[in-house]
Amino acid sequence: MRPIRLIGRAGIALTRTIGRVGIFAARGLTRAGAHPSELARQMLHIGWLSLPVVGLTALFTGAALALQIHSGGERFQAGDVVPAIVAIGMARELGPVLGGLMVAARVASAIAAELGTMRVTEQIDALVTLSTDPVGWLVSPRIWAAILCLPVLVGVGDIIGIMGGWLIGVNALGFNSATYLSNSWAYLEGWDVGSGLIKGAFFGFVVALSGCWFGMSAGNGAAGVGRATTNAVVAASVGILAVNFLLTGLFF
Amino acid sequence: MIEVRGLTKSFGPKQVLDGVDLSLSEGESLVVIGGSGTGKSVLLRCILGLEAPDAGQILWRGRPLADQRAEFMDGFGMLFQNAALFDSLPVWRNVAFRLLRTMPSARARDIAVEKLARVGLGPEVADLYPAELSGGMRKRAGLARAIAADPKVIFFDEPTTGLDPIRAAAINALIRGIVDETGASAITITHDMTSVRAIGDRLALLDRGQVRWQGPVSQMDHAQDEYLQDFIAGRARPMGSHPAG
Repeated sequence: MRPIRLIGRAGIALTRTIGRVGIFAARGLTRAGAHPSELARQMLHIGWLSLPVVGLTALFTGAALALQIHSGGERFQAGDVVPAIVAIGMARELGPVLGGLMVAARVASAIAAELGTMRVTEQIDALVTLSTDPVGWLVSPRIWAAILCLPVLVGVGDIIGIMGGWLIGVNALGFNSATYLSNSWAYLEGWDVGSGLIKGAFFGFVVALSGCWFGMSAGNGAAGVGRATTNAVVAASVGILAVNFLLTGLFF
Repeated sequence: MIEVRGLTKSFGPKQVLDGVDLSLSEGESLVVIGGSGTGKSVLLRCILGLEAPDAGQILWRGRPLADQRAEFMDGFGMLFQNAALFDSLPVWRNVAFRLLRTMPSARARDIAVEKLARVGLGPEVADLYPAELSGGMRKRAGLARAIAADPKVIFFDEPTTGLDPIRAAAINALIRGIVDETGASAITITHDMTSVRAIGDRLALLDRGQVRWQGPVSQMDHAQDEYLQDFIAGRARPMGSHPAG
């Protein structure tokens, strides 16, 4: 009976946690607009300040992808597909996933550390005593800023990634610049880009929700904040890969 | 004004509050003392709705506080143990946090500077961030935030912890002055017997989750309770030893 009891207990605890996270997410999503200045501030932190890391990631990824596709394609005389594969690969998969993972590392950790510190230093309790809903003030602006900013970051990452492939294609692989660019656009469809942008919005939600949930649940001083930060990054990263799989299955 | 009846709260097997009965009258300054872990902070958190009690009632103006929480919070201020100022906001925005919802920024700033002056901080502090303030200045700024909207009820959680005796005396004097000026009702949690004498009208001693002794501060020195007398005198006693009242 003991193993069954343990499994049952774990099942109940898991269901309870999923329920709590679900309610927390719903509250975060539905309290949008209460603090527009906070939303603007978070968009600056999450969107604008993530541009360098997302841009550099996309640049190197596009360049490496061009080298890989060229090297692999040469085996069956298909080296010319580099521009199209780089563009499609960046737009559909690598742009959103790698951009999302980089934002997860940068943003989920920052949110969890900030909110966790606020939790253990009673700043969140102070908000309550000042008649302010902590979810509306802290969680909702972060979730919506991430949902709105990630697609833009993914779009910018797509363009920079394709440019990374173009740089390598023209300077190292012997492609003609105009031909490379025209081949990139010729095989790229609107849905390739659109699906990546939609993925970006979902990834933004996952990143901000992880950071906010673990930050708001932090306890036990500095060690608790450290644990919350680690858990937020792990949950956001795994969550992005899982959601990516589900969305890819749904879209294609 | 505030009445606590039979308040019970436990965390797992640990019974923190075990039937606390306490009341706070209009304009009164109540000080709650007790050893570490006797449930003083949990008592405040239950009154504020930050913890859900297991049993008991908390009434405000004769009706359950939970039913009128929003109204209660609108006329409430609190000084936290470490001030709990928002790190991301300058001091004046911390002080004016509640005011900024109901008035233009310039007006809220003027009031914030005025409240900072009331607690002995100059206008140059207004644009600093909390991390740039000393411990005593943070307490003062936290006090300014607590009184910014002229509350009817104020809670002070360990107001002098971590301060040197001179700064602690200044904070005690400020708190007493503010309570007298505004006519607010106040609950202060402290270990500091100097604070008790400076701030309190009435004293409640918590022990093992219950109110062990309560009465006017002026009578505490003559009370028969041995534990209270040890507390007042700062006498050591074997850990876990709790003589009967």
